[in-house]
Amino acid sequence: MVTKRVTLLILAILVIASPFFFPSSFYYRIGSLIFVNGLAVTGLVILIGYAGQISLGHAGFAGIGGYSCALLPAHLGLHPGIAAIVGAILSGAIAWLVGRPILRLKGHYLAIATLGFGILVSMVLANEAWLTKGPDGIEVPDLGLKDVLELVGLDLSNSQFWYWFSGIAFVIGAWVALNLYDSPSGRALRALHGSEIAARTVGIDVARLKLQAFVISAVYASLAGSLLALQNKFITPDVAGFMHSIEWVTMAVLGGAGSVLGAFFGAAILTTLPQVLTVFQEYEQILLGLVMMLCMIFMRDGLLPSVLRLIRGKDK
Amino acid sequence: MAELMQFVLSGLTVGAVYALVALGFTIIYNASDVVNFAQGEFVMLGGMITVFANMAGLPIPLAALTAIVVTAVAGVALNKLAIEPARGAPVVSLIIITIGASIFMRGLAQVVFDKQLHRFPAFTGDTPIMIMGATILPQALWVLFGALVVFAGLWAFFTRTLTGKAVLATSNNRLAAQLVGINTNWVMTMSFALSAGIGALAGVLVTPITNTSYDVGIALALKGFAAAMLGGMGNPIGALVGGLLLGLIEALTAGYISSVYKDAAAFVVILLVLFFMPRGIFGKSSTDRV
Amino acid sequence: MKSLTALATLAALGLASAASADIKIGATMSETGPAAFLGDPEAKTLKMLVEKLNAAGGINGEQIELVLYDDGGDPNKARTFATRLVEDDEVKAIIGGTTTGTTMSIIPVAEDSEVPFISLAGAVEIIEPVKEWTFKTPHTDRMACEKIFEDMKARGISKIGMISGTDGFGASMRKQCLGVVGNYGIEILADESYGPTDADMTPQLTNIKNTAGIQAVLNPGFGQGPSIVTRNFQQLAVGLPLYQSHGVASKSFIDLAGAEAAEGVHLPGAALLVADLLPADDPQKPVVEAYTAEYTAKYNEAVSTFGGHAYDAFQILMQAIERAGSDDPSAIRDEIEKTTGYVGTGGVVNMTPEDHLGLDLTAFRMLEIKDGTWTLVE
Repeated sequence: MVTKRVTLLILAILVIASPFFFPSSFYYRIGSLIFVNGLAVTGLVILIGYAGQISLGHAGFAGIGGYSCALLPAHLGLHPGIAAIVGAILSGAIAWLVGRPILRLKGHYLAIATLGFGILVSMVLANEAWLTKGPDGIEVPDLGLKDVLELVGLDLSNSQFWYWFSGIAFVIGAWVALNLYDSPSGRALRALHGSEIAARTVGIDVARLKLQAFVISAVYASLAGSLLALQNKFITPDVAGFMHSIEWVTMAVLGGAGSVLGAFFGAAILTTLPQVLTVFQEYEQILLGLVMMLCMIFMRDGLLPSVLRLIRGKDK
Repeated sequence: MAELMQFVLSGLTVGAVYALVALGFTIIYNASDVVNFAQGEFVMLGGMITVFANMAGLPIPLAALTAIVVTAVAGVALNKLAIEPARGAPVVSLIIITIGASIFMRGLAQVVFDKQLHRFPAFTGDTPIMIMGATILPQALWVLFGALVVFAGLWAFFTRTLTGKAVLATSNNRLAAQLVGINTNWVMTMSFALSAGIGALAGVLVTPITNTSYDVGIALALKGFAAAMLGGMGNPIGALVGGLLLGLIEALTAGYISSVYKDAAAFVVILLVLFFMPRGIFGKSSTDRV
Repeated sequence: MKSLTALATLAALGLASAASADIKIGATMSETGPAAFLGDPEAKTLKMLVEKLNAAGGINGEQIELVLYDDGGDPNKARTFATRLVEDDEVKAIIGGTTTGTTMSIIPVAEDSEVPFISLAGAVEIIEPVKEWTFKTPHTDRMACEKIFEDMKARGISKIGMISGTDGFGASMRKQCLGVVGNYGIEILADESYGPTDADMTPQLTNIKNTAGIQAVLNPGFGQGPSIVTRNFQQLAVGLPLYQSHGVASKSFIDLAGAEAAEGVHLPGAALLVADLLPADDPQKPVVEAYTAEYTAKYNEAVSTFGGHAYDAFQILMQAIERAGSDDPSAIRDEIEKTTGYVGTGGVVNMTPEDHLGLDLTAFRMLEIKDGTWTLVE
């Protein structure tokens, strides 16, 4: 495994150095999307990679986080930044409530239950038009931080600002996840991934740990949803949709669900891929499906572990 | 009374569609423990190939047969090219592979066919049948009938035939099945062909009711998956009951409570059932091996 | 076969851009996803028009290069592609935003970077309040509601039931209809809905049918919903006038619903749908006939009003570029705003600084389906 310090160093260098290679300022947008997705996927690494649980409904939490940034400032007059934090707390609380019964399920049953949860959230967001303005979406107020930076002489374009803001958020998220990995809870979680029954026999409170991982990953997804909403200044119920959940899970597994660095690469590849595939126009979907299948077949543990193994030789 | 009857008939119509899709999930799941998220695309292929073969001049029955055969071949290809090579991969990876396959098939369909909605006429006309003051379309009876026949066929297949038992044995323990002389590769091939064929049949039967287009698969797969889970994955009776139940819940919610939340009601019921019966209504309890 | 021609088009476009591409126009549309049947004819129309214009020597002596992206109906993707169009491709104007959701997320990009943007989506929020750089070509859903209620009022209908789709189109139109219904002295006694992928709406229609006093039913929706509603309507023998919306926008609706079930359905539609029925002196007749002929010859499928929106957007933009005599975005914007008397597929467009749509209710024609085809209601 790549150690914690090395991982953080790699990520920080990537965030800082990448802009030197950007051909146009559009790439800041892609970069910031990678970090936003990377943040959500880091949460899923904790859930899927550390704890071995699956979720096909995490976009639901992104919906809660995103709509918090739209609704709380409009109705309660909260600052959008505070709204994002309130949204994260709300997501955590909801995850704690639904997680207890849901996490008793296993495998495909857990998948359908989380999927159902995600669909319920997106349905509420789409149907409660009196509150959310319905399926066409709602405007999100400006975070206002960019203007503050301008006052102190840092004049960034919109894309640039969000690149740095999401980049920093992502590195902090990665740092928290890495610390968790090395903590006693993290070790217990990984034991759980190996074998739930074995973990239970050595006295690990399995239910509590699973719930912890679920709540933490929900908070990550919620913050990612908030970042996306604030950056786009607009949000629709699509953010909580089934395909969005699937996209994140695919990023996590594609990169190698067990590591934060893998999460980053998974997010980077799947965020960039549609931009590259635009050359193929109407064959875009075919190729996207093909890439998903091929990666899972030939790099079963995910891209990063597979590549690392290749570098280190086949003896591992 | 007529009102309730109409809701029930509507629920049965929609429920039969879900049941047919759910039944398709059953075989592949039984043979390989894979929940095939591309099952909805088989339904789409069934409908779309029939539509386009019909446009090319084939009469509907022949077009439908072509659709079922072509889709069955697609199912076998899916198994050979994507599922077999990934044997032993974790649940998450297999889910992603089948979702990838579904995106792939959808992408292919939009290039080969088109992106418009299509329909062909109902088999035996559109004159509604009156039952106790409520109405049902003849095509809905075809779908119900189709679901019952497929169910009966599958039930007999799994309990009465050696091949069916071989499928169950393969799912239970592949190595042991091979040891007792079961050709597990053949079992897998056949399971995918059957599942895809049933999916295509569903597509043929439901298109006059629901219309079809290149992207009808996702919604159908989600509902079919939910129905199969509600009933208990892998059990044909679970798929049938789960599908009909889901349709009835939706129709009754739409009729008596709120049409806005009928899908929500369906998922709430699924969540509740799973809380109390974590393996669905007809699911077998199992113990984990360590 | 289809893919071969697509490849050929792709190659042709590639060659054209390699030769001399002078004015770059961007587009992001929902060619795939739930709104594909809107985005697909839009994209096809744009490609066809660009090809034709360039073959005829381009505009102001310069060729047009079209940069077209498929956002799949996802607003987040639309925002990314809009950013890409502006910051990477450096286009001079953007056409697109197939749905209201994608349009609303493109607007901040267009406004911030000061690039003229012509949307192809319906909701009235896009142009109300007026945004400096944002225009649109389709009639608003509020106009459709008004046209329908006008017709109902003329027929003495004052109590109706409504069944709308829960997708963006249906929900937005439902809201607008609820907003203006009072102006016509019409009451909505039953307000039902259905999901965009639902297969049977008989429970909702039963409830409407059993509501006492209802004289007509209105179905704001697009996609497969309206055809199923129409069939269920006949199945239940509701026996009231059924009004569909402008979301039912191509001949295929009659095939999907079945001629028998669709008999007598009323809807507000653009002149494009009834090109052959227009009187010879109708100013729109030559435009819609030419577009219909061109489109069907090239793609071998029926035209829809959605493709027509893209046609209008492209023509308005090209005329603005021609008048501006340059490809300076701000000059183009000013000229788009000055568009007057443009006769398009959707109606006659007269834009002003206060009106970035420029259509009035006359743009809609009340249509009725009779014997499996459209007829004009006088």
